[in-house]
Amino acid sequence: MTNVSMTNSTDTQGDVANTKGRSLWQDARRRFLQNRAAVVSLIVLMGVCLIALFGPLLAAWDNETVDWNVLGDIATLGAPSLSNGHYFGTDELGRDLYSRVVQGTQVSLMVGIVGSTIAVILGTLYGATAGYVGGKTDNIMMRIVDILMSIPYMFVLILLLVVFGRSMWLLFVGVGMISWLEMSRIVRGQTLTLKSKEYVDAALSIGVKHHVIVLRHIIPNLLGVIVIYATLLVPQMILTESFISFLGLGVQEPNTSWGALISEGASTLQYGTYWQLLFPLAFFVITLFCFFFIGDGLRDALDPKDR
Amino acid sequence: MLAFILKRLFYAIPTILILIVFSFLLMHSAPGGPFSSDRPLPPEVLANIEAKYHLNDPLIKQIWTYVTGVVTQFDFGPSFQYKDRTVNEIIGQGFPVTLTYGTISFLVAVFFGCALGITAALNQNSWLDYLAVGISIGAQVLPNFVMAPILVLVFTLWLGWLPGGGWNGGQWQYLIMPVIALSTSFMASIARIMRSSLLEVMHSNYIRTARAKGLTKREILFNHALKPALLPVISYLGPTFVIMITGSVVVDLYFTTGGIGQAFVNSALNRDYSVMMGITILIGCLTILFNLIVDVLYAWIDPKIKL
Repeated sequence: MTNVSMTNSTDTQGDVANTKGRSLWQDARRRFLQNRAAVVSLIVLMGVCLIALFGPLLAAWDNETVDWNVLGDIATLGAPSLSNGHYFGTDELGRDLYSRVVQGTQVSLMVGIVGSTIAVILGTLYGATAGYVGGKTDNIMMRIVDILMSIPYMFVLILLLVVFGRSMWLLFVGVGMISWLEMSRIVRGQTLTLKSKEYVDAALSIGVKHHVIVLRHIIPNLLGVIVIYATLLVPQMILTESFISFLGLGVQEPNTSWGALISEGASTLQYGTYWQLLFPLAFFVITLFCFFFIGDGLRDALDPKDR
Repeated sequence: MLAFILKRLFYAIPTILILIVFSFLLMHSAPGGPFSSDRPLPPEVLANIEAKYHLNDPLIKQIWTYVTGVVTQFDFGPSFQYKDRTVNEIIGQGFPVTLTYGTISFLVAVFFGCALGITAALNQNSWLDYLAVGISIGAQVLPNFVMAPILVLVFTLWLGWLPGGGWNGGQWQYLIMPVIALSTSFMASIARIMRSSLLEVMHSNYIRTARAKGLTKREILFNHALKPALLPVISYLGPTFVIMITGSVVVDLYFTTGGIGQAFVNSALNRDYSVMMGITILIGCLTILFNLIVDVLYAWIDPKIKL
C-alpha cells in the first residue's frame, strides 16, 4: 500500500528526487523475496490453500458417502487409485480420503487463522494499552498476565470442551485464548520503546487523544512484530488443534481435521493401510514447514536488529 | 534469595486459587449433574447422593468446602464415575508413572539437546551443523502424536524389537519409545536455542581474547563460553514442564502406559469432572513450582541478576 504511493510520487517528481526513498515495507519485501526457502514455502502454502478452497470441485466422492464396493477389503481395494475416484484411497469406513483430507485442511487452516487472529487482536490491544499507560496500571496488567501464564491451558481448554460440549467455535476461540498472553508481553515491550518517540510527543502536544495515538501511531509501528509473531502462531494453533483432535476431543464427525485424520490413520497402521496416515501427515508436515520458513523469512526481513 | 522465593510463592497463591475456583465454576456450570444418567434415579436416592457430595449446598459454600479440602488436606474429593475411588487414588496411581518417564525424557532431552546444539555451533556451516539444524527443524514439525505411531510402526511392527505399549513396572524395553516420543521435539528446541546462543557467545570479544591467549578449544568452551550460553536454555526450561506434561497425554494414550495423562483423557471422555479438576490443579501447582526452581537456578548462574 505505502509502496505504491511512494513509487508514484517519486516518479512524478522525476529528477528532483534522484535518490528514491525506500520504506520499511519495501525493504522488507526485497529481503523476503531474496530468501528462497521462504518464497518457495509461500508458493506451496498458497497451493495448500487452493486445495482447501477448490479441492471439493475435483472430488469424485463427498466426505460422508461410504463406498460399499471397497468396504469389505479396505487394505487392497481402498488403496489410492485414479480409476475409482479415490485419489488418496479410502478411510477405514470406506469414505473417500481425498474429500476428508480437503475438509480437514479447511478446518485446520481455519483454526490456525481464526485462533491467531483472536490471539493477535487481544494480545496487541492488551499489551499496547499496558505499555502505553504505564505505571501502576501496567504493573497490575502484566502481573495478571504472569499469573495467567502459569495455568496449564491445554488442560483447561479440554475441561472447557468437555463441560460445554464440543463445538468447533469453542475450539477456535479456546485455541486463540491460549496464546494471547505471550503476544501481549512482546507488544508491551515494543510499546514501551515506541512511547518515548518524538512523534508521540508531537501528537500529544497538538492534543491528539490517547486512544487515537495508540490506534494510529503505536499499533501501525508494531505491525512488523505482530506479523512475524502471527505467522509463527498459526502453526502452533494448528498443532494445538491437532493435538486435541488426536485425543478425540476436537472436531466431531463428519467434520474432521488433520489431527483427527492422523489419529485415525495411526490407529489403522497395522492393517497395512499406510495411505490413511501418509496423506494427512504430508499435508500437516508440509504446511507446518511452510509456516516456519515464512515466519523465519519475515523475521529476517522485518527485524530492525539486522539492519 | 529467601525473600525472592517467598515473593514468588506469594504470587503463586492467587494463581492457584484462581485456577481452583475457575475449574470449580466450570464444572458447576456443566449441563446435567454428574448423577443424571439415561435411567433416572428415584428422587430420594438422588437427593441422598447429592447431599453426600454436598451438591445441595449454596455455591459459595461448595467452593469453600472444595478449596479448604484441597488446600488443607490435598483432598480432591471422590471420583464421580468410580464410586469406590477417590481422585487422590487415581492421581496417586498414574503420577509415579508419568514422573518416571517424564524425568528420564527431561534428562535425555536436555543432554542430547545441548550436545547437538554445541556440536552444531562449534562446527558452524559444516555438514554437522546442517545435520543438527535439519534434525531440529524436522523434530519441530513431527510432534509427539506423529512420532508415536511412527515409532510403533518401525520398532514394533516392522522390526519387532520393542513392545508396542504397556508399562510393566517401568522395564527398560517399555520405556524407550515413550521417552523418545516425549523428548524429541523438546530436544530439538533446546538444540536450536543452544546453537544460536553459543554462536553469539563465541563471536564475542572475550572469547577472541581467550583464543589469542592460546587456550585450547576445549578450555574455551568449558571455562568461558558454556556458562553464559546456557542461560537462554535455562529460561526455556520453565515452559518445558508444561510441554512435557501435555506431551505425556499423548504418550500415555498411545503407549497405554497408565500415566496421569491417560487418567485425564479417560475422565474427559467419561465426564468425570472431579478427576479432571484434580489433575488440572495438580499440574498448575507443579508448573508454578517448576517455574520457581528455574528462576532460582537462573539467578544462581547469572550474577547480573539481583534477587
